[in-house]
Amino acid sequence: MSDVILQLNNVESSYGPVKAIRGVSLKVSQGSVVTVLGANGAGKSTILKTISGIIDPQKGSVVYRGEPIQKKDPAWIVRQGIAHVPEGREIFPLLTVRENLLMGAYTRALGERAAVEQEIGQVYGYFPILKERANQPAGQLSGGQQQMLAISRALLAKPTIMLLDEPSLGLSPKLTHEIFEIIRRINAERGVTILVVEQNARVALKYADYGYVLEVGRIVMEDPCSVLREKEDVKEFYLGIKDAGVRGTRRWKKKKTWR
Amino acid sequence: MLQFLQLVASGIAQGCIYGLIALGFVLIYKATETINFAQGDLMMLGGFLGLTGTLALGLPFWAAFAAALLVMLFFGMALERVVLRPLLGQPAFTVVMVTIGVGYLARGLVTMIPEWGTDTHVLPVPYKDQIVSLGGNGTEGGLIMSMEHVVVIAVTALLIVALYLLFKHTRIGIAMQATSQNQLAAFYMGIPVRRINMLVWGISAAVSACAGLLLAPITFVHANMGFIGLKAFPAAVVGGFGSIPGALVGGLIIGVVETLAGFYLPEGFKDIAAYIVVLVMLAVKPNGLFGENLRKKV
Ligand SMILES: Nc1ncnc2c1ncn2[C@@H]1O[C@H](COP(=O)(O)OP(=O)(O)OP(=O)(O)O)[C@@H](O)[C@H]1O
Ligand SMILES: [Mg+2]
Repeated sequence: MSDVILQLNNVESSYGPVKAIRGVSLKVSQGSVVTVLGANGAGKSTILKTISGIIDPQKGSVVYRGEPIQKKDPAWIVRQGIAHVPEGREIFPLLTVRENLLMGAYTRALGERAAVEQEIGQVYGYFPILKERANQPAGQLSGGQQQMLAISRALLAKPTIMLLDEPSLGLSPKLTHEIFEIIRRINAERGVTILVVEQNARVALKYADYGYVLEVGRIVMEDPCSVLREKEDVKEFYLGIKDAGVRGTRRWKKKKTWR
Repeated sequence: MLQFLQLVASGIAQGCIYGLIALGFVLIYKATETINFAQGDLMMLGGFLGLTGTLALGLPFWAAFAAALLVMLFFGMALERVVLRPLLGQPAFTVVMVTIGVGYLARGLVTMIPEWGTDTHVLPVPYKDQIVSLGGNGTEGGLIMSMEHVVVIAVTALLIVALYLLFKHTRIGIAMQATSQNQLAAFYMGIPVRRINMLVWGISAAVSACAGLLLAPITFVHANMGFIGLKAFPAAVVGGFGSIPGALVGGLIIGVVETLAGFYLPEGFKDIAAYIVVLVMLAVKPNGLFGENLRKKV
């Protein structure tokens, strides 16, 4: 692995008494696309929220470019170059598309205004529909367009690393692939490191370089995506390719062994 | 007919006052989903500050006016920081009760301040007793308005333009809108949500104070003058609670209806006119005139 830009060491986060992640460790190397796969409630969103400072971990550390950043203010973390595209888009529905993009650049200095304008032009290049809708309220966009807006808005923060929470949620397979193609382009053309959490393992494993599998708050497997794609467990549980056996009992047994 | 127009004109002036206080309610409601029942009392404080500025400090009227707005801006911000922020995460009911308490406290403390006290004061203005006639020839046959009313309307209009520019064309103003639409997303963008909410309280307090300073020359400055907030509340409801233009239009409607009712209807109708308008509005259009159609995310 080349330079590690982001590293989680034994991170534990909870919501009141509910432990959502229980000792998660993972590494993201600079310039790569890393995915964390997991079912509903596995703790994927919690990992991202912990990195971006929305929730504070009880234990463990989040190290970014060699410095611990856990328990810092979310605004400070954005300024360090970590942008979060939250689950469910979370756009500002009554602001126009353009105003939403400007809010993505909120942490940047006022003097960068010209650069910001130029970058807005660049994200319109990735998603031309946003340019057409620039002056419409963002709440009027379709789900897929809102996802494009959410990604673009995060890009306006000029991130070093982008955290994406289930970008495929609610999108057609075709649109999902289009979005992931763009995510790869953003990674290649702008050198933005990507950490994407997904339930859609098929797509995530196709586009990412390295993958982790999260089960009930714990990492149970990790490998380059090319290796993960071939693993029996992953094939069966996440890619839906099953071989012999009664699926229900096998699944239950396997889960047992993973805990 | 002229008489009717005359009444409408003074109703509009009165309505501007309601509209400004309603605007204060709405700003805070949109940003923090709290209803600030001390809004009328912030207005009252504005009136007293104007009094101190002109009489005790001897400032020219407009300088005192601006100074009072500035002081109230900081007062509102301090109120948020010291009283309301520690309540973050408490049930809405608790927060509302606290604002009611703040109102009581403000009224009580004002009466203890020498020079302010429980007396009724007159705020001296340079345009006292001047009149403006519109249309007609000279003072004959035209619409006659007192300068106080004209100033109310003009200053309100100016303030609205200023707020429009702030919310539409400055980054911090757009961020205030963004924060009120989706607070969580604002956190994700690195918008300093708490500081923004503090600023909203400050602006709301300053807008209310402005209403107080405009109202004072027409009526009086008194510790209980803030009860007029009880009529601004219906104005906010009529406009569709949560809409800034709605608050103003609601205020104007209530001001005009009330003035007309006071003249044409039997004694007593003036005071309940505002509530009748609200009841009618709630029956006809429960979301108010400018009620938002897009779902607001919390
Ligand atoms: N705000 C909250 N309050 C209490 N518990 C929560 C909260 N958010 C998440 N949890 C719990 O934490 C655990 C992990 O949730 P998380 O949102 O991280 O899962 P996820 O992997 O993102 O799931 P999904 O695929 O459904 O988005 C779940 O058991 C969930 O019930
Ligand atoms: Mg999630």
